[in-house]
Amino acid sequence: MVAANLAFTRAWTNEPVTLVDCDVEEPNLHLFFPGSAVTRDVTVPVPVIDASRCQHCGACGKFCQYGALTVLPTRVLFFSELCHSCGGCMLACPNGAISENPKRIGTLSSASPLPCLTLITGTLDTGDPHAVPVIREAKKMADRSPTVILDTAPGTSCTVIEALDGCDACILVTESTPFGLHDLKLAADVATQMGIPVGVVINRSDGNDDETRRFCAERGLPVLLTIPFDREIAAIQSRGDLLCRARPEWQKEFGDLFERCRALVREGP
Amino acid sequence: MKVCITSQGATPDAFIDERFGRAPYFIFMDTTTNTCDAYANPYAGSGGGVGPKAAQILIEHEAKAVITGQVGGNAQEVLAAAGISIHTVPKNKTVRKAFEEFRESL
Repeated sequence: MVAANLAFTRAWTNEPVTLVDCDVEEPNLHLFFPGSAVTRDVTVPVPVIDASRCQHCGACGKFCQYGALTVLPTRVLFFSELCHSCGGCMLACPNGAISENPKRIGTLSSASPLPCLTLITGTLDTGDPHAVPVIREAKKMADRSPTVILDTAPGTSCTVIEALDGCDACILVTESTPFGLHDLKLAADVATQMGIPVGVVINRSDGNDDETRRFCAERGLPVLLTIPFDREIAAIQSRGDLLCRARPEWQKEFGDLFERCRALVREGP
Repeated sequence: MKVCITSQGATPDAFIDERFGRAPYFIFMDTTTNTCDAYANPYAGSGGGVGPKAAQILIEHEAKAVITGQVGGNAQEVLAAAGISIHTVPKNKTVRKAFEEFRESL
């Protein structure tokens, strides 16, 4: 929600911006920006074994740290969902029996819902466990844009770390609940460890933010924006609209949020 | 016939371990020669993909059957392809008892 409004506000004031949905397991930004998109597949290389060359020596299976290759006396079993596409089996094979083929794991789509806004959406195929390569490709697609805003999955898993990697600043969106504070502490630790300056947005604030604010003050994390727990805001979101589009007075708030982020980048971690 | 029993300890008096890929020990016992070899499972503490790698150990030791608690999908596929039969038993049983019951059932 914060990422979508931030990008919308920039684009609305004719500043080119690329918004990337890195929550590839359940991307949702496209719901706020309907329209046509150009889509292509995301693939990863996986090994293919040439049965006529394979001597069943077991070198590939021994090399694979992920258990993706099991060598039996007369054949080799390959579990593609365990494969991390490192290419090591190909190097380990003494008989040149392994080559690589692309395997689809998801899609990448690009849309221009506003003249200054590019929306890139990474979508992981249902059932595929490898979200990270899809995020990596989505970020690569956005590379040339002067301003890139990434929306990540919540939490501190590999998907979040992949999205955070290389960012100039990180906005952690939290809620004024004990759960929100718990997760905020973990996420702040991750971003700090990665050397990325952090600012906090308190969303759905019921006014009882003291503990969250105390934590932010202790850790020197600026609270960049507070969005109230408000029925109208929820209703705007639920019908697929954007707060800054439905209530233009919020554009000032999100414009300020962007400037505060810039200040974060200048100050460093 | 060589049988592998997943075990919590290195001796036949240890209790069986109900996890196939992450069992601390594989105990290989032979129904005809009565030999017994314990093999520490190098994948007991590993992350993912341990099932097929553990199954590979059984293949290398030429086991024809495995006595354990649960076997995951990937390991099942490897064991089936290698012709190793799977026999599940409850965990509160020693390796020796599980092995003897298996031998009697043959």
